[in-house]
Formats: sequence, structure tokens, C-alpha cells
Amino acid sequence: MPEMNAESLSIPLTQGMLLAGVLFAFGLIGLLVRRNLIFMLMSVEIMLNAAGLAFIVAGAHWGQADGQVMFLFILTLAAAEVSVGLALVLQLYRHFQTLDADAMSRLWG
Amino acid sequence: MLNLLWLVPTLPLLGFLALAVAGGWFSRKTIALIGVGSVGLSLAVAGLVGSAFIGLSGTADRSYDQVLWTWLQVSGFGPAIGFHLDPLSLVMMLVITLVGFLIHLYSVEYMIEDEGYRRFFAYMNLFVVAMLTLVLADNLLLLYLGWEGVGLCSYLLIGFWYRDPANGAAAQKAFIVTRLGDVALAIGLFLLFTHLGTFNIQDLMTRATEQWPVGSSLAAIAAFLLLGGAVGKSAQLPLQTWLPDAMAGPTPVSALIHAATMVTAGMYLIARTHVLYSLAPIAQTAVAMIGAGTLLLAACSALVQRDIKRVLAYSTISQIGYMFLALGVGAWGAALFHFTTHAFFKALLFLAAGAVIQSLHEEHDIYRMGGLRQALPVTFWTFLIGAASLAGFPLVTAGFYSKDWILWEAWASPLGSPWLWGVGVIGAFLTALYSFRLVFNVFFGEAKAEVGSRPGLMVEGPLIVLAAGSLIAGFLEVPRVLGDVSLFSKFVSPVLPSFEATASITTESALQIITMLAALLGIAVAYVLFLRRPALVTAMTETAWGSTLSRFWIEGWGFDRLYDTWFVRPFLWVAQANKDDLIDRVYEGLAWLIRQFFAVLHRTQTGQVRWYAAVLAAGSVVIVALVVLS
Repeated sequence: MPEMNAESLSIPLTQGMLLAGVLFAFGLIGLLVRRNLIFMLMSVEIMLNAAGLAFIVAGAHWGQADGQVMFLFILTLAAAEVSVGLALVLQLYRHFQTLDADAMSRLWG
Repeated sequence: MLNLLWLVPTLPLLGFLALAVAGGWFSRKTIALIGVGSVGLSLAVAGLVGSAFIGLSGTADRSYDQVLWTWLQVSGFGPAIGFHLDPLSLVMMLVITLVGFLIHLYSVEYMIEDEGYRRFFAYMNLFVVAMLTLVLADNLLLLYLGWEGVGLCSYLLIGFWYRDPANGAAAQKAFIVTRLGDVALAIGLFLLFTHLGTFNIQDLMTRATEQWPVGSSLAAIAAFLLLGGAVGKSAQLPLQTWLPDAMAGPTPVSALIHAATMVTAGMYLIARTHVLYSLAPIAQTAVAMIGAGTLLLAACSALVQRDIKRVLAYSTISQIGYMFLALGVGAWGAALFHFTTHAFFKALLFLAAGAVIQSLHEEHDIYRMGGLRQALPVTFWTFLIGAASLAGFPLVTAGFYSKDWILWEAWASPLGSPWLWGVGVIGAFLTALYSFRLVFNVFFGEAKAEVGSRPGLMVEGPLIVLAAGSLIAGFLEVPRVLGDVSLFSKFVSPVLPSFEATASITTESALQIITMLAALLGIAVAYVLFLRRPALVTAMTETAWGSTLSRFWIEGWGFDRLYDTWFVRPFLWVAQANKDDLIDRVYEGLAWLIRQFFAVLHRTQTGQVRWYAAVLAAGSVVIVALVVLS
């Protein structure tokens, strides 16, 4: 493996942030337009990872480890969220026989 | 022997508790036994304590304190549950237990038909407890407990026959009107405590003399506030209107509470705190004025009432007016002496009136009675003795000696004046007139109603004992001219100081002759007007003047109407206008506003989780934009 210079690998902050922003937007749009709960969960994952990416890029830019620490936290959080979320989705599917989020709108004022 | 003092109020308390808790399982005989027995035992203990106390004569200050326990102890404020026995409270205690016992005994037979037999004796026992607490208390706080306790029992017993709404209204009236005075009394208590730092009556009086000079405004304010309480409880001007209506209760109640004991609590309070009144001459003058005014007004009203119990009620107001007159001129002993004799003869008159009412099937109107002399001989003779004593029939009756003492001091005391004496003498004439109006209308003339049941032994026994008391109690204190006995004034002199008479013995005898003549004249006029020439009375009341005046007096000088227009109706009007509560409107407005917000905002709660996510995102964008752009 040829030696690589850290400088040559560095991605400009703007581009990294832009990517994270675009990813986040995709995630949000997916969350809003998809009605299937599984897809909504996946969209949330994308948003979480977009946020994580933003931390990594910022951390790399400032040369701080905090960004990576934060990403580890987000990873853990996402794992926990998915495990609980999937369990809920399973229960909801048993109850409603569908995964359509709009069908589960009984809780309204 | 003196340390048995705590038993005196405790025994009736046990009687009350037994009747209240377990009375439902008792037969009427057991109920009567407990009700009367507890007061009887209390009387016996009071007698023992009293004889032991009189045996104490060697000691200097002649008083006995018994502190049972301290209620609570908070930085210098430590009200004790303690009793203070001195000649003043001893006389009160003996009269309350003796008269109370006789009235309980009378009620055994009088109330036998009543379905509330147990309730009656329970309340009566509770009343005796509260009254004894009131007079024995060594501090003002415990006194106030007794004070409110008797007020409560009075309320419960006036409304004893609660099924009739009129009785309930009378009970409420009594409670509310006396409450006006009680509020003043409570404020007076706080004032005394904040300035003198104790509730103990003896300490209070010493500290008051040390800290306040004669005529100081604080002493005057405190004295006036206490006077407010006394005026309410003792049915004096201007709070006297509740007592005539209080006659809605059973007759033994009227005898015990509204004649012999509770209504004299005001007299007791002033006598107990007389040091304070000596420091505030203006308050003491007010006491004398109130007494003089009340005794005249009430005597006039008593003249024209048709209901036998209302006559006696107004007469009670009038006689307590005499006591206030005595207090106002500094004749503390005379006031207490008149309380003692009054307790005997007024209880007697009420009980005898009760016997008459019951044997005539609940007839209260004296114009529908008559000629009962033969049918009810014992009642007649005892009633006659009571009425003679009330009228102050010279030389043989107790009422004569006590009233004479008051009138003499009203003239001769440094605070007295011929005016006060004159009012007293006119009052004495009116008293004789209305008391013999009763005697002649009820017991003489032709019989107008059929006599049903005749009173039995339990009713007549107490009447005879009270009649004996109404005659001989007066010989404890006989003026200089007529034999010079001063057992009573010597006995109470350590607590209730007297003064040296300034007027000569000739003046004294002249005044006594006038008093005697006033009473005899009253009886003679009553004889002419109500027995010989009843047409004269009819003629008098048929003139325009006469009918207006008599209607005015029957209504008790229009006080009820006055209070109704000035206070009751405006209050009811305000209550009616404000029945939705103005302050509530603010909170209702708040609730309305929140409901409006809800109506708008609840549309956003659709249950659509994607919609929520969108709003969340939009909200975040707005907040971030605000943070970034500002």
C-alpha cells in the first residue's frame, strides 16, 4: 500500500457538509413520502448517518477526535433505536395486518 | 379536696361522650340516668370543692390554680389547659352546676315524649361542660373555647326541633348575631396577647396595670373589643335581637342557656377582666350606658308580648341590662349577686312557664290562658314567687336585694349618677308591671283553655327548690339599714373590689323606699290594668298612638326590621347579584381562552406520524433560521 499523505486525502469541508446535507435531505424526504414503516425507519437511519457524517467531516477538518467519538455514540443510538423500532413495527404489523403508517392514525384530537 | 376541681367539667364530658357514642343502645331510663347523673355528680364535686375553698379562708389571695397540661409550647406561647378557682369562678360554678342539675332533672319528665331524648341530654351535658370551661379557665384561650362551645350548644339546642324551618332560622340567627361579637372578642384576645405576651388572665391583669396607664387608648380598644363579645353573648344593645327568637328551642334550654347561664357569660367576662375596664373609664361608661339602655328597651318590649316565653326572653335581656349597669358603675359584686339571684328566679319562671305550656297542649299565648291557679297549684305558687322575685317584691325576695344593691351603687358609686339610678328605678317599675301582667293573665281570671296533663313530681321538685332559692338567696347580702349582712360582698371582695359608699345612710334608706315603692306600684298598676279593668288596656291599645307604640314594642323597637333593611337584605342582594362570583369570572375567562386555543390547535393533531415529522422538520428549520439570522 503506497504511503498516503493526510493532506492529499482531505476532502474540503464544504463538500463533506454538502454531502451530509444532501443525505439528510434524502432521508427526510424518504421519511415524509414513504408510508411503509420499514422504509420510514430506513430513512431515519439515513438521516442519522448523515448527521454522523457531518460530525466526522467536521472532526477531520478541525483535527479533533470529538467528531469520531460523537459518531460512535450515534451508531450506538441508531442500533438501540432500530432494535426497539423493529420490535414496535412487528407488534404493529400483528395488530393492523399492514405496515401503512397512515392507517395507524387513531390517536388524534 | 380542691384538687378534685378537674372532675367538675370532666364528669358531664363523660356523660356527653357516653350518650353521643353509645346512647343508641340505652333505654330512656339509662339515658336520663347518665344525663342527669353526670351533672348531679358534678354538682356534688363542685359542692365539695366549694366547701374546701371556703375553708381556705386563712390564705392571703384566696385562689387555687390547677394546671392539667400545657396544650403546646412555642417560643413563649404556652397556653395551658388549666383552671383557676377564686370566689368569682366559684360562685359561677356552683350556680351553673346547681341550676343545671335542677333543669336536667326537670327535663327527664318534660322531654320524655320527645324522640330526640338522647340527643337532648347529650347536647345539654356538652353545654354544661363548655359553660364550666368558660368560667373556670385560667387563660383567655381556654375561656374562648368554652365561649364558642356554649355558642355551638346554643345553636344546636335552639334548632333542636329541626324539622320546622323556622327553628333552624332562629338557630342560625342566634349563631350569626353572636358571631359578630365573637369576632370582636377574638381580635381583642390577639391584641392583648401581642401587647402583653400572655393569655393567663391573672398575669394579663397585672401586666395591664403595669404597662398601661389609666385612660390609655390601647386599654380602651381592648376593653371595647371584649365588650363587643360580651354584648353579643349577653344579648345587649345593639346585638340583642337573637334572644327572643332563641325561644324556639325547648323550654328547659331557654331556662338553662338563654336565661340562667350562657347569656350571663358577657357579665362574667367583664367582671373577670374588670381591671382592664378600670384602666379604660370610657369603655366602662359605655358598659353602663348599654346596660341602662337595654334594660329600658327590653322592659318596654316585655310589656306587650303575647307569647309567655318571649315576655321572659325580653325580661332576661332587661335583667342582664341591670348586670351591665352594675358593671358599668364598678359594682362588680352587685352584678355577680344579681346573676346568682337571676339564675334562680329566671330559671324558675321558665320552667314554670314550660309546665304551663305543656299542660295546655303547647299553648304559648298568655291571652288564651287564665285561671290556672286552682288547676296547677304548685306551678302557680312557684311562678308567683319567681315573678315576685323578678319584680323585686320588697324584703322577702332575692330579686329585691340584688336589684336594690345595683340601684344603690348606681347612685352612690363614684362612676354612678342619679340618671343611671333613675333609669334603673323606671326599669324596676316596668319589671314589676310586666311580671305581674304574666301572673294575672295566666293564673287569674276565668279559665280559657282546658288543662290536659298535670306536671309530675320531677317537674315540680325542681320548681320548689328554685323557688326556695329565689327567696333565700337574697339574704346573703342585706343592706345596712335592713339588717346589714354582707356575706356575699365579703366573700367576693378579694377578686371584685368594692368602694366606700359616699352617700349617707339617710339617702340610702330614702332610695330604698323609692325602689320598694316602684316595685309595689308596678304590681298595683298590673293588678288594676290586667285583672280589674282589662278594658283600660284595650282602650289604650286602640288609640292611634297606643296601637303604633305597642306594635313597635312587640317588634322589639324595630331592630329586626332595621337590620333586615340595612344589613340582611343588602347582603342577600349582593349575594344574589354575585352568585356567579366575580372573581370566578377571571378563572372562567382563562379556561375559555384555553378552550379556544385547543379548538385551533387540536386540528394539528391528526394522528399522522409523517405529518408530525414534517412539522418537526419545519419547526427546526425555523428555529435554526432564527438563530442563524439574528
